Amino acid sequence: MRAALRSRPLLAGAAILLFWIACALFGSRMTPLDPYADDLLATLAAPSSAHWFGTDQLGRDVFSRVIVGARDILIVAPLATALGTLLGTALGLAVGYFRGALDTIVSRVIEALQALPLVIVALMGLAAIGTSNFTVVLVIGFVFTPLIARTVRSATLSEVDLDYVAAARVRGDSAFAIMFVEILPNVLPVAIVEMTVRLGYAIFFVATLSFIGFGIQPPSADWGIAIAENYSLIGSYWWTVLFDAGATASLIIAVNLVADGLQHLAEQ
Amino acid sequence: MFAAMLKFLTKRALLSVITLAILSVIVFLAGQLLPGDVGRAVLGPLADARSVAAFNHQAGVDRALPVQYWDWISHFITGDMGRSFTYRAPVAPFVADALLNSLKLAALAFVLVVPLGIAGGVFAALRVGRWSDRSIVLLGQTLGVVPEFISSIVLILIFGVWLRWLPMSADWPEGAGPLTQIRYLILPSLPPVLIYFGYLARVARVGTIEALDADYTRTAILKGLPWLTVLRRHVLRNALLPTIAVAASLIGYLAGGLVVVEILFHYRGIGGLIYSAARAKDFPMLEAGVLSIGAIYAIASLMADLLSSALNPRVRAGRT
Repeated sequence: MRAALRSRPLLAGAAILLFWIACALFGSRMTPLDPYADDLLATLAAPSSAHWFGTDQLGRDVFSRVIVGARDILIVAPLATALGTLLGTALGLAVGYFRGALDTIVSRVIEALQALPLVIVALMGLAAIGTSNFTVVLVIGFVFTPLIARTVRSATLSEVDLDYVAAARVRGDSAFAIMFVEILPNVLPVAIVEMTVRLGYAIFFVATLSFIGFGIQPPSADWGIAIAENYSLIGSYWWTVLFDAGATASLIIAVNLVADGLQHLAEQ
Repeated sequence: MFAAMLKFLTKRALLSVITLAILSVIVFLAGQLLPGDVGRAVLGPLADARSVAAFNHQAGVDRALPVQYWDWISHFITGDMGRSFTYRAPVAPFVADALLNSLKLAALAFVLVVPLGIAGGVFAALRVGRWSDRSIVLLGQTLGVVPEFISSIVLILIFGVWLRWLPMSADWPEGAGPLTQIRYLILPSLPPVLIYFGYLARVARVGTIEALDADYTRTAILKGLPWLTVLRRHVLRNALLPTIAVAASLIGYLAGGLVVVEILFHYRGIGGLIYSAARAKDFPMLEAGVLSIGAIYAIASLMADLLSSALNPRVRAGRT
């Protein structure tokens, strides 16, 4: 804990992350103006004391929208990461425990999927099953599963030949019990560190997918959507995209600082 | 020794073929997830049942899955990638054009990021632990996690809107010469450069630090060789071998990883093609695009392995 308090990048990341989590939780009560209210008499107004970050094409207050825009991405990305971690840990445990043919097949499939950029895999999946917050969680969760499984698999491989696993086998424990009761607690730290790293990627992907129209859907005030809707106006109305871009970047950098910091702590 | 290397490479090439075969099955199955039938999805809810059935029969999607897969893949390897649902025309020419465009963009990003990454990594290694080392590492790490569409927006604002140095779209005028094309491609090539700078710099930095610590470097210094000679002949030569192999595999990432940049800058590359095919649910086009990206990635990583085995005596001897 004391080591965590000494790490400045970790603290800075945690502070920014907490700020955005607060916005996601209480944003709708914090905003100075209604983020969803059109004002057709004040469209595309430059930043001023009335509208700190200006207004968009429909006259909506950009500052208020940036605040509430944190919500959906901070629901979808963590859920997707949790799903991927759950499935990936189970798969990694099974593959590492049983080894043999299962290991070979799964490893080959993982390798094949790695020949593609994750955005393309996600695009293919979403084109096939349709886009909603729920399917985005599913697709990113499934895309992450093999990546997390790979990490958990190698952690499991270094556990299976240890005495406590052999003892459990001699006791006659079922494979299921050995994997989840005996081995899991020992590979859990690895899985958790992997999860924080994946959360950064998940936010990266949800933001990117929302920007290209395959992620969070309007009328959400999501940052990626706001940038997609307004970037053709970038030549004259920079404030309609720059603040959303800054918010996205700050959230992703914050999560990565926290993940890096935790990784260093885990290694110590 | 040559036989061992040949054996290693044959094995490696065979593995790539297996990987691609598995990938083709995955891509094919993803295409089958489309809810309802293909004809209905393509022709829309207003089309009558007979034309939907006719479309399905013509497209061959009313046959058993293994038959469809075999039909698709056996034609695919011969270059016949099927017919686009949207354009009602062969897919292959679209994919070939798009791949060529993406390779142009990827090549430009590549020639920018490789020297920059290596220079950054070597510079940081020479100042390891100091302020400048830590800022290069932190900068590379930070830039590497920011999505391309965010960095693109910032770059467009700075170089396109405020300074007016570069065009904001990659859509160059008809008949533009190579130099004009490069001018139009500079801005779109920068976001991937920012993403991969830190990755390359990290590899180059670690390699350089190891080489600086190695016995042969100490010997060279003690022999009284000038520092720059030691750096060039002993440190860099050893440090950069792994970096070169990493750089080769970068081509694979770059060729397929430009989806967002191509959409944002209106560039007709393979990423843009896959994106519009996904929007239109044009599965033959989507499958062909995705599988070509996989093939390029497999070829690039095979080349990377070739390079590192040619450069690394341990791999060359087949002891991996």
